[in-house]
Amino acid sequence: MLQLDVMLKNAEREILSATDMKKIEELKVQYLGKKGELTQVLRGMSALAPEDRPAAGKAANDAREKLNQLFSDAEKIISDKAVKERLYEERLDVTVPGRKQDIGHTHPLTQVIRKIENIFIGLGYQIAEGPEVESVHYNFDQLNAPDNHPSRDEQDTFYFDAEKLLRTQTSPVQARVMENNAPPIRIICPGRVYRADEVDATHSPIFHQIEALVVDKDITMGNLVATLKLFAKEMFGEETEVRLRPHYFPFTEPSAEVDVSCWVCKGKGCPVCKYEGFIEILGAGMVHPNVLRNCGIDPDIYSGFAFGLGVERTAMAVFGINDLRLFYENDARFLSQF
Amino acid sequence: MKAPISWLRDFVDIDEDIKRFCNLMTVTGTKVEGYNQAGAEISGVVTGKILTLRAHPNSDHLLIADVDVGDKVLQIVTGAPNVKIGQIIPIATDNSTLPKGVTIKKGKLRGELSEGMMCSIQELNLTKHDYPDACDDGIWVLKEDTPLGMDIKKYAGLDDCVVEFEITPNRQDCFSIKGIAREASAALDKPFKDKPIMLQEKGKGKADDYIKVGITATDLCSRYCAGIITDVIIEPSPDWMRSRLRNAGVRPVNNIVDITNYVLLECGQPMHAFDLEFIEGNTINVRRAADNEKIITLDEKERILDRSVVVISDAKKAVALGGIMGAMNSEITDNTKTVLFESAMFDSANIRISAKKLGMRSESSALFEKGLDANNALHAINRACELVELLNAGKVVKGVVDVHKHLPVPVRIKLDAKRINQLLGTDIPVADMKSVLVKLGMRIDKDDIIVPTFRPDITGCADIAEEVARFYGYNNIVPSLTLGKSVTQGYRTHNQNVRKVIHDTLIACGLNETMTYSFISPKNLDKLGISEDSPMRDYLTIKNPLGEDFSVMRTTMISSMLKVLAYNTNRSVKQGRFFEVSKTYHPAEILADEREVITVGLYGDCDFYDLKGIAENISESLGIKDVEYVADRENPVFHTGRCANILLDNLVIGTLGQIDYSVSKEFDAPEDSYILTMDVSPLYERATFTNTYMPIPRYPSSLRDLSIVVDRDVQSADIVKTVKKAVKGILENVTLFDIYTGGQIEEGSKSLSYSFTFRAKDRTLEDQEVNKAMDKIMNTLSREFDAKVR
Repeated sequence: MLQLDVMLKNAEREILSATDMKKIEELKVQYLGKKGELTQVLRGMSALAPEDRPAAGKAANDAREKLNQLFSDAEKIISDKAVKERLYEERLDVTVPGRKQDIGHTHPLTQVIRKIENIFIGLGYQIAEGPEVESVHYNFDQLNAPDNHPSRDEQDTFYFDAEKLLRTQTSPVQARVMENNAPPIRIICPGRVYRADEVDATHSPIFHQIEALVVDKDITMGNLVATLKLFAKEMFGEETEVRLRPHYFPFTEPSAEVDVSCWVCKGKGCPVCKYEGFIEILGAGMVHPNVLRNCGIDPDIYSGFAFGLGVERTAMAVFGINDLRLFYENDARFLSQF
Repeated sequence: MKAPISWLRDFVDIDEDIKRFCNLMTVTGTKVEGYNQAGAEISGVVTGKILTLRAHPNSDHLLIADVDVGDKVLQIVTGAPNVKIGQIIPIATDNSTLPKGVTIKKGKLRGELSEGMMCSIQELNLTKHDYPDACDDGIWVLKEDTPLGMDIKKYAGLDDCVVEFEITPNRQDCFSIKGIAREASAALDKPFKDKPIMLQEKGKGKADDYIKVGITATDLCSRYCAGIITDVIIEPSPDWMRSRLRNAGVRPVNNIVDITNYVLLECGQPMHAFDLEFIEGNTINVRRAADNEKIITLDEKERILDRSVVVISDAKKAVALGGIMGAMNSEITDNTKTVLFESAMFDSANIRISAKKLGMRSESSALFEKGLDANNALHAINRACELVELLNAGKVVKGVVDVHKHLPVPVRIKLDAKRINQLLGTDIPVADMKSVLVKLGMRIDKDDIIVPTFRPDITGCADIAEEVARFYGYNNIVPSLTLGKSVTQGYRTHNQNVRKVIHDTLIACGLNETMTYSFISPKNLDKLGISEDSPMRDYLTIKNPLGEDFSVMRTTMISSMLKVLAYNTNRSVKQGRFFEVSKTYHPAEILADEREVITVGLYGDCDFYDLKGIAENISESLGIKDVEYVADRENPVFHTGRCANILLDNLVIGTLGQIDYSVSKEFDAPEDSYILTMDVSPLYERATFTNTYMPIPRYPSSLRDLSIVVDRDVQSADIVKTVKKAVKGILENVTLFDIYTGGQIEEGSKSLSYSFTFRAKDRTLEDQEVNKAMDKIMNTLSREFDAKVR
C-alpha cells in the first residue's frame, strides 16, 4: 500500500501546482485514466492474497476519492481565478454617459394646461371645449361686452364676416355650457384664442387661455378666494400667497385681478417678479348677473364665479422663458428642454 | 392718469406716507402703476440773494459773488452774464445734487473759493414752458419776494409727488383728479371736500347776447354749453397752475388754454376755447361735416372730412372737430380779447371712430370715447369761469348758453344687504355699507341708493356688492372651499382620454410636441402642389389678417409641419422627430368645421417604415386592430412610390409617406421629410380601452422561414392576406423580416423573406404537418403571384 501513498503524494503535489485546466486534464488521464497510475495499482491487486484484497480495495477506493476531491478543488480554484481575471479584463469606464432612449417631450404649454386640468379634475370639475371659429353672439354679446367696447374692433379681433370671428377668449365656452346645462356647473375651458397683435417677445396673435366656471346655488366670493388659494398652492408651491385687487371685466362683478407671491423669491423681490414680490397671473370675479341671465340661468337663484389665466404668461413665469415667440418656433433644442 | 398729490389734496386730506397711500389705492381698485417726485434727483438747492459782486482776480469773464442763503453767506464764483446785485437765485450748495446724476461740491475756481453753483432752469430740468420769464442762457432769476434759504423744489413745485394710476375702462369718472380724490376719500376713510363754485360775473350783458347755439347733429352731440369771457388778457398762468399741469403731463401754454386743460384734468370734462372775434355770425352750430369739407386743425394739418364727422361751425365755416381738436381759424392768440368756452357732450362711439379714421387721438377725444357724464359739462364750464376770475384773466359774462336734450338722471337701486353678504360670503353691517357708498358720492334714501350720473357703471346689486367689497377689502373675505350644496364628479370624457392616449403614445415614440399657427398663407397650398379643385382650397379667409402669411385658416397640417422641419434643419438640428394634435378649419354652414388632426413629422436617420411604425403604435394604443395601408401614387404632396393612405372601415382617415422632393424643396425642408396626418374623430368611435387577457400558449411553436422572389409591384400586404387565407388554424403569425432588390435578383423583381409561426392550441405540431402547410403556402404564392423560391 506504500505504492498508493507515494502515488497520492506525487499526485497531490502535481495537482496543486497545476495552473490551468489543460494541466488538470492531463493529470486526470495520468492518474485516473485507463492506463493511469491508480488503474495500474488496482491491476496489481490481482497478485494479492484473497484475504488482503478487501483492505486493498478499500484503500484503492479511498485513494480514488481523494484524487477526485483534489481534482475538483483544484478545478474550482482555477475556474474562480479565471472568472476573476475575466471580470477584471472586462472592466468599463462607468463615467461614460449611458445610451439613452429617445423620449419625446410634451410642449411646455401643454404641460401647464395638463397640470391645471389635473388640479381641477381632482376638485370635481370637467373639461369643456368649444369652437375657435366663433360668433359675435357668443364671443361678445352673451358675455356682456358693451356694444362699443374696443375689443370688438377689427384692430383687436380677427373677423371672417360681420358675424363670424376667431374667439378672443375661452369665455364663449362658458356661455355655451351655461346655455346647455343646468347648474351645478363646474368646468374648466382650456384652448386657443386669437387677437390681432403683431408678433413680438410678449405678444402673439395666437395664444392659450384656461378658464374656470362654477355656477350653483349659494356660490360666494369666499368660494372664489378659497379656490384661487388652493389652485395657487398646487400650481406654484405650498407657500404661495394670493392677493386680490379690484378690477374690471365686463362678464364679472365684482371683478378682481389676482397676484400670487413670487415663487422664486417668496415675495422678497427679485428680477422674476420685477422686485414687486407678487406676480399678476389671473383675472377673476363673480359671474355678472347679465351673463347668467343671457345664458338662461336665473341670477336671483344661482350665482357663480369664474377666473381665467393666460397659459403662455404662466408658462413663461414658471419656466423662466423670456420670449413668447419660442413657444411657436418649435426649435427642437427648445422643445427638448421640457 | 397722472395725479399730483398736491392737487388731490384740494379735495381730500392725504397725510399718509406715500407707500401706504399707493397701497390703499391699489387694494381698493385704483391701481397705482408707480409714483415719482419731479425733483427727486434735486437736493441741497436753495434760494439765495446776491449781496455783492466783484471781479475775479485771475479771470476776465468770471465774477465772485457773496450770496445770502438765509442762515449764512456763501462765496460763489460764476461766469453767468445776467447776474446783478439784489437778485434772488437758486444756489446749489456744497454736496447738493442735480438731475442727470450731477453732484456739486465746494472747490477753488482759478484760485478763488466757490461754495456752490448758481443754477439755470435747464440745470433744474425745467423749461421756458414752465417759467416763460426765465433767462435762456443764464441764471434763473426768481421772484423778488422769495424768502431766502427756501428749498427750490418747494418754490418750483418740484417737491410734489405724482402718482400714476391705471384706470379701468368702466371708470371714466376716474380720469380726473376729482374722481381719484373721491376714491381716495373712501380708501382713506376721510371726507371728500367739494367746494361750491363762486362767480362774480363782472362781464357786460349775458352770454346769449354774444352767441347763439344750435345742435343740428342731435344724434352725435347731446349737450353744448357756451360761456363768454370779455376783456381777456393773455399771459402766462401762475406758477402753481403751470407746475400742476406740468406734473400731470400737460405742457403749459397761456392762461386761457391752461384753464381748459386744468378743468379737463380736474373734472374729467374736455373743454375748448375759441377766440370769439373769429366766430362769424355770432353763431355756433354742431353739425355733421360735408363730404370733402376741409379744416386745418391746431396741429397745423389739413383734414379732409366726411358726413360721419361732427364739426362745430359758425355761420360760415367749421371752427373745430367736435370733441377732437379745434381749428387754426379760431385759435386763442396773444391778441385774443373775447373768449368762448365750450363744454359739450359728444357721442362716444362716433368720437372713437372719427378719431381713428382721422388718425388723431387727442386728450379730449380719448376722454369722450369713454362715455362721459353730460351733467358734468355745466359744472366744468363754471369751474373754468371761476379760474378765469381767480387768475384775473378776463371778465366772466353772466350765464351759460346751455343747449341739450334729455340729461341723464340718477339711478335708484335697492340696497339689499342680505344678498350682498350672500354673494360675497361676508357679514358686513348695513351701516358700514352705507358709509362707503356715501363717500363714493351716492345718496341713501331709506333702503335705496341713489347713484350719481357720473357712475353709469353701477346698475344693479352686483355693482353695489363690488363697491362694498372693494372697501371691505377683497383680501378680508374669508375663504370657503365648500361650493354650494352639490357634489360633482371630475373626469376626462372618452374623447379627451383618446386624445391623451394619442399624445402619450407619440411622446413614448420619442416625438417632441409642437405648436403651430392655425392660419397660413394660401400660397402654401400652391407650394404643396394642391390642385385647384381640391377641397383644401375651400378655406376660411380672415377679413383683417396681420398679413398674407396669416390670412387663411389652414385646411391641412402638412405645410405647418414642413415649416417646423425646415426651421430645425436650417438651424443644423440633425434629426427631427415632431408631432402635433391640432385642428384644421373648413367652411361650414354654422361657424366652421374644425377637424382634429394628428400630424407627425420626421427627418434625419429615418425612413418610411419608422413613420408607419408610429401610425401602427397609435392605432394599437387605442385598441384598433384592423387598420389598412394602401399605396397612393396620386397624392401630389408625397413621393409617388412612398405614400400610403390609412384606411379604417374602408374610409381614408389619413396619409403618410415621404414628401415629394420638389415640395420639400419649396419649403426649404430636408429631402428626407416624412409626414403622417391622421384624423382623430374616426378614432374616437373605434377606440377601446377594455382589454382581455389572452392565455400564454402551452405548446411550443414551429418556425419556418421562406424567401421568395416576386414582381416589384406585388404588395406584401396582399401576400400576407393570401397566405392567411390559404392556411387556417395552425398559422399563428406571418412576419416580413427582409426585403431586397438588386444583386442576384432579377431587375423588376424583389426578394421577400417571411417568418411563419405555426402553433396548435392543443398539441405539439408534427414536422410533417408544418411541412404540408408550407408546401401549400408556396404553391398558392406561385399560383397567385408567380412567386419563386429563392
